[in-house]
Amino acid sequence: MTSPTDTTAHSHEELALLVEPSAMSDRERLVKTVLRSRELSIFIVLILVIIGATAKSPSFLFSASGWRDLLLTPSMLILLAVGQTVVIITRNVDLSVGSVLGVTAYLTGRLFIDQPGIPVIAVFAVAVLAGAALGLVNGLLVGFGKVPALVITLGTLYIYRGILLTWAGSSLVSASQMPAGFLGLGTRQILTIPVLFLLAAVVVVAAGYFLQTARTGRELYAVGSDPDAAVLYGLPVRRRVIGAFVLSGALAGLAGVVYAARYGTVSSDAGTGIELQAVAAAVIGGVAIFGGSGTVWGAAIGAVLLITINRALPMVGISDFWQQALVGALIIAAIVLDRVLSARQARKLIEARDEV
Amino acid sequence: MTAGMSTKTYPAYARPLWRRLLFTREAAVIALVVIVYLWGYSNIPYFGDTLTLTYLLLDTTTILLIALPMTLVIMTGEIDLSVASVVGLASATLGLLHEHGVGMAFSSLIALAVGLVCGAVNGFLVGYVGLPSLAVTIGTLALYRGVAVGLLGTTAVTGFARDWTARASQVLGSTGIPSVMIVFAVLAVVFSVVLHFSPFGRGIYDIGLSSEAAVFSGVNVKRTKFILFCLTGVVSALAGIYFTLRFGSARGDNAMGLELQVIAAVLLGGVSIFGGRGRLLGVIAGVLLIGVISSALRLQGVTVNVISIIIGLLLVLSVVSTTVLAWASDVAARRTRAKGPAAPPQRLESP
Repeated sequence: MTSPTDTTAHSHEELALLVEPSAMSDRERLVKTVLRSRELSIFIVLILVIIGATAKSPSFLFSASGWRDLLLTPSMLILLAVGQTVVIITRNVDLSVGSVLGVTAYLTGRLFIDQPGIPVIAVFAVAVLAGAALGLVNGLLVGFGKVPALVITLGTLYIYRGILLTWAGSSLVSASQMPAGFLGLGTRQILTIPVLFLLAAVVVVAAGYFLQTARTGRELYAVGSDPDAAVLYGLPVRRRVIGAFVLSGALAGLAGVVYAARYGTVSSDAGTGIELQAVAAAVIGGVAIFGGSGTVWGAAIGAVLLITINRALPMVGISDFWQQALVGALIIAAIVLDRVLSARQARKLIEARDEV
Repeated sequence: MTAGMSTKTYPAYARPLWRRLLFTREAAVIALVVIVYLWGYSNIPYFGDTLTLTYLLLDTTTILLIALPMTLVIMTGEIDLSVASVVGLASATLGLLHEHGVGMAFSSLIALAVGLVCGAVNGFLVGYVGLPSLAVTIGTLALYRGVAVGLLGTTAVTGFARDWTARASQVLGSTGIPSVMIVFAVLAVVFSVVLHFSPFGRGIYDIGLSSEAAVFSGVNVKRTKFILFCLTGVVSALAGIYFTLRFGSARGDNAMGLELQVIAAVLLGGVSIFGGRGRLLGVIAGVLLIGVISSALRLQGVTVNVISIIIGLLLVLSVVSTTVLAWASDVAARRTRAKGPAAPPQRLESP
């Protein structure tokens, strides 16, 4: 900290030093960013978990079904985690995704029952649109109600689930009521990679590319890191927030179809409680809960890590009853680690400034 | 204090006392409870029975208990999502100790201690490490629930001492009011006094309004938050003991998802999620409102689904109404200002 009297002489120099472009080449910078990134570190953890489980039981990775389940099981959570990440980046949260998933999963089943012969692609479109509409309701309430998203989406979590319970009652959609072609999606593979995983991967890449490069994507970060500044800067904050909720709803809708295809049976409690897993995946993946930072790559790897740990635990002899405890410990570890790292970063920056 | 009463310009004092007391969020929620109850009393058969009241209160006691410390936590601008998991963990602890032949009184103490530890972990991470409570308690939600389920697996421990389980649903004479309400009443009085009439309680409001300003006014923000999370842990464990005895079964997955009901009730009772605003009276009324509505609807044969829609709608309406009312009074104020000869009409476009 310099006193006001001697800043005048130095201020320009200091500023120049602090905003000076990096002396490293693009390639060096990229390598350094990747090496330091949160995404890489949790990816390494993921690989270690897979290696550990495979060492115990080789079929975890090397059998046909092991490889398939490794990719297939997390697909649904990846979709939800991507949507959740986009919302969290704008400093909001969407707790209603589990209910939206339930509604659209049941909708998928109903469409096949009530409209025999409906093309699968149309079902996808209807479910995604329905999810987007439910997300729009969240977005409008948050955007215009000036109420924290936590409260609004907690309310819509109940409302959407209640609507589904009223609609579905105790009836459930079973596998025999859905066409084989659709259910086949749940197991079909292209070059040994499950189709549903490919779908999730396409969404991750598209969302990641959009957030990283598109103007609208960068504006989402700006909105989340300082909403007031974003308003002053002239960004359409309300529209961006509503857009984030619509995207999250649409992806939850897509996840609903994936749920129906993967499990074949849809009851009215489909997706209950999965919203917290989606938030957890994002947090483990390095998405700051107060907005403005994080990537969908991280969240997607976080989702895979969560699910893989769940599946790996029984292999290493830990009763699967303890899975949830480990997931909880992992979340806590992730946020504590974040805090330690950011504190170190802040100290370094302050030292760098004071050395000038 | 030379300035007279008439010169008080602080907005809260601009209106007479009776209006200040009557036109509040708390009064509105209490009025709703009374209206729904009276409506049910005259329109729904069996609603006026003491047995209905007994079950209504027995069912809401868990939420009522946890809502007390949760109000204080939310008042500081934090949140605790792990409460239902602490209920489950306390229940599992009770069950495990019972299986090993430990006496009820001692195992209850251990369960309370477990709750205290759970709360202390939350409180340490939020208060002293400074992590966001939303993220921390999502983590401990999974952690505590996981330990609870890990300890008991899918088994349910039953066969608790009859006199203990009977005590949980015992009724006070012929009033129909369960005796567990005495425990709640005592706690409610203690929490109200602490929140509304003690320096510690005023500090809670200060933290909610501005954490930084609270530090400069001498409030020990870290310690306050730590204590509040500890309290939430202990009271949740108490609720867990009650829950176990009431249903006579200890399971790791007891009270799953209860945290959202508690938070919904607290917000419905007029506590601001941003902190610094709200009263315990409103929260108690909020919990009772949900209880009365679900009880009335259930007696009419309406299923749980519609009840959850109504709870959700109430929650959304209650928070959105605040914004709408503020907007309406803002418009009204601008109109009266515009009418005055001195002040030129001001048009403030919201961004």
